[in-house]
Amino acid sequence: MITLGDYLIVSGILFVIGFAGVLLRRNLIIILMALELMLNAANLSLVAFSRFRVGPAGLPDYNVQVFVFFIITVAAAEVAVGLAIIVALYRTRQTTDVNDISSLKF
Amino acid sequence: MSPFLFWIFALLTLIFGAAVVINRNPVASALSLVASFLGLAALFMSLNAYFIGIIQVLVYAGAVMVLFLFIIMLLDLRAEEGRQINWLTTAGGLAVALILLGQIFSVVRHFAIAHKRFPPLPESTIDDVRNIGAALFGNYNLPFQIVGVLVLVATIGVVLLSKRQPR
Repeated sequence: MITLGDYLIVSGILFVIGFAGVLLRRNLIIILMALELMLNAANLSLVAFSRFRVGPAGLPDYNVQVFVFFIITVAAAEVAVGLAIIVALYRTRQTTDVNDISSLKF
Repeated sequence: MSPFLFWIFALLTLIFGAAVVINRNPVASALSLVASFLGLAALFMSLNAYFIGIIQVLVYAGAVMVLFLFIIMLLDLRAEEGRQINWLTTAGGLAVALILLGQIFSVVRHFAIAHKRFPPLPESTIDDVRNIGAALFGNYNLPFQIVGVLVLVATIGVVLLSKRQPR
């Protein structure tokens, strides 16, 4: 049978994949995608805990699912702002590689 | 949810998630991200969180992915070539990620309730949209309004950022 730990392990591996992506890749867009992977890994473990913590009415804990809903909303807003910043950066520097963006002011 | 389906969708999510990081071509990365999120939505549904699963498909596989693909198309990004890989930093990054993975494994293994099964739900239908809506507009009304303001601020910020400044 599937236990809570299985979901936590899948979520942990997904988080580590996203973390490795942020550390290893040099392309800003890929880094943003890896950030999305990390946020979703957190969502997966939250939903697993929500299903695990069945309340007195015999239903999953919906407070956690409201929290996941907020995370998804904020992540969508974050992607929009992040991509707009990347476009503005590309307009001035013609690059999306983090190695080329090493000065604080230009 | 049978264990067989769980492992299929978990493997789908993880393999395509790894493909996001490994692919050299940004378009292939974005499409792998869609596949990974679809697998994740199936995992949400296996946890009886149908609303969250559908929101996941609509928001991520729909809106966010279109945004990513649009920006990749707009910037005309090609597969990165000709850049030599700095093996020292790559090894360092991999080492940090593997240490984190080992730590997560050891925490989950020593976590007592992680070895328990999920408690059964009642056989009747679960109207989780209604329950989430009641929580959202009742108990969590103030955070909900604040998130609305946040989305508005993000919209205005994006418009301002993408406006061409006169020099």
